Amino acid sequence: MINHHPDEALLLDYATGALSEAVALTIATHASMCIRCMRQINQLEAIGGSLLASETPAECDDGVLAQILMRLDDEGLEPAATVKTESSAILPPPLRPYVNEPLHQLPWKRVGGLYEEYRLPLADTKVRASLFRLAAGTHTPKHSHRGQELVLVLSGGYRDGDAQFARGDFSALDVADTHQPIVDDDGPCLCLGVQEAPMRLTEVLSLRLRRFLRI
Amino acid sequence: MTNDPMNKLVEAVAKHRDREAFVQLFTHFAPRLKGFALKRGISLAAAEELVQETMLAVWRKAATFDRNRANVSTWIFTISRNKQIDLLRRQTYPEVELEMALDQPGSEPAPDQRAEWAEFGTDLQSALKSLSPEQRTILQKAFFEEKSHRTIALELNLPLGTVKSRIRLALARLRAVFPEEYV
Repeated sequence: MINHHPDEALLLDYATGALSEAVALTIATHASMCIRCMRQINQLEAIGGSLLASETPAECDDGVLAQILMRLDDEGLEPAATVKTESSAILPPPLRPYVNEPLHQLPWKRVGGLYEEYRLPLADTKVRASLFRLAAGTHTPKHSHRGQELVLVLSGGYRDGDAQFARGDFSALDVADTHQPIVDDDGPCLCLGVQEAPMRLTEVLSLRLRRFLRI
Repeated sequence: MTNDPMNKLVEAVAKHRDREAFVQLFTHFAPRLKGFALKRGISLAAAEELVQETMLAVWRKAATFDRNRANVSTWIFTISRNKQIDLLRRQTYPEVELEMALDQPGSEPAPDQRAEWAEFGTDLQSALKSLSPEQRTILQKAFFEEKSHRTIALELNLPLGTVKSRIRLALARLRAVFPEEYV
């Protein structure tokens, strides 16, 4: 049961194509696990379709059609979509093009002795998206961010204040938000995370220091 | 609409690689796609390239069209959205499809719900006409110009909260068109 969803503004921005690749990937991945948000996206796309249908036609010169007709023979036919997924697979379909190896073989980087990160190879490098792996029971220190931070749980779970997050749950934190997620004791947690701006250096140092002092 | 003649045209392109059907689709959609693209403020040359690439994708992807999942204009809208990102930003837009979410445990809908999807087109059209001019302007900015809430707020010189609430109201009106199971 998914309890935490993206707000309507993000779903609309996904449907219109306004999101950066990293954020769009997070929304698509959430929706692939969440029928409620999937339906909302489909509705918003239907609204886009209606706007297109009621658009005033602009004049198209005949040359364009002639050019396309000449190119048709070179174009194949893509087979009908057969997205059959094992629901047991950890990575939902939208993420798979970005992860070409089994999870345990990815070049994970340890950060601050607290978690491991694998940065996804996006075409758009302005906003980064990563997979994060945290061990069971990890207490992250209280921290804030310079930009918006999005987190989507892929497996395991964590608690943040009074809220519990499990597979499919989405959270968006803004600059003003400070939080302290604590990973569940019964297993590691794998998340997809997007940071508009990296954590402050002082925070990374503080992570290391806290780790060293075991606080 | 399930009986939308456009459905048959796309299906003829898929099954029989029917060029005549394709020309009819082109004649209907290309001028609208072009108008749509020009509103997004891209150059005439880029708009024409977008129209071409979108229509070529219609030819190539015809077999992926499922009349139970979307009507033809919605299907073409998403193709053109993805193509625009592909052409202008050199990126692949991360896609998600209903089937993926249906595969999740506990989310199987009653089969008869799926068939209605395509029938909302006309109702949506009249709902769109009933919006206030302010609501329509904001929605058009979002859809045609591919602008985020933040950018729209800056452009219209309105607080972000006002933009969000106008969009929310407009969407709520449009959503009333969909039966309850879809909300």
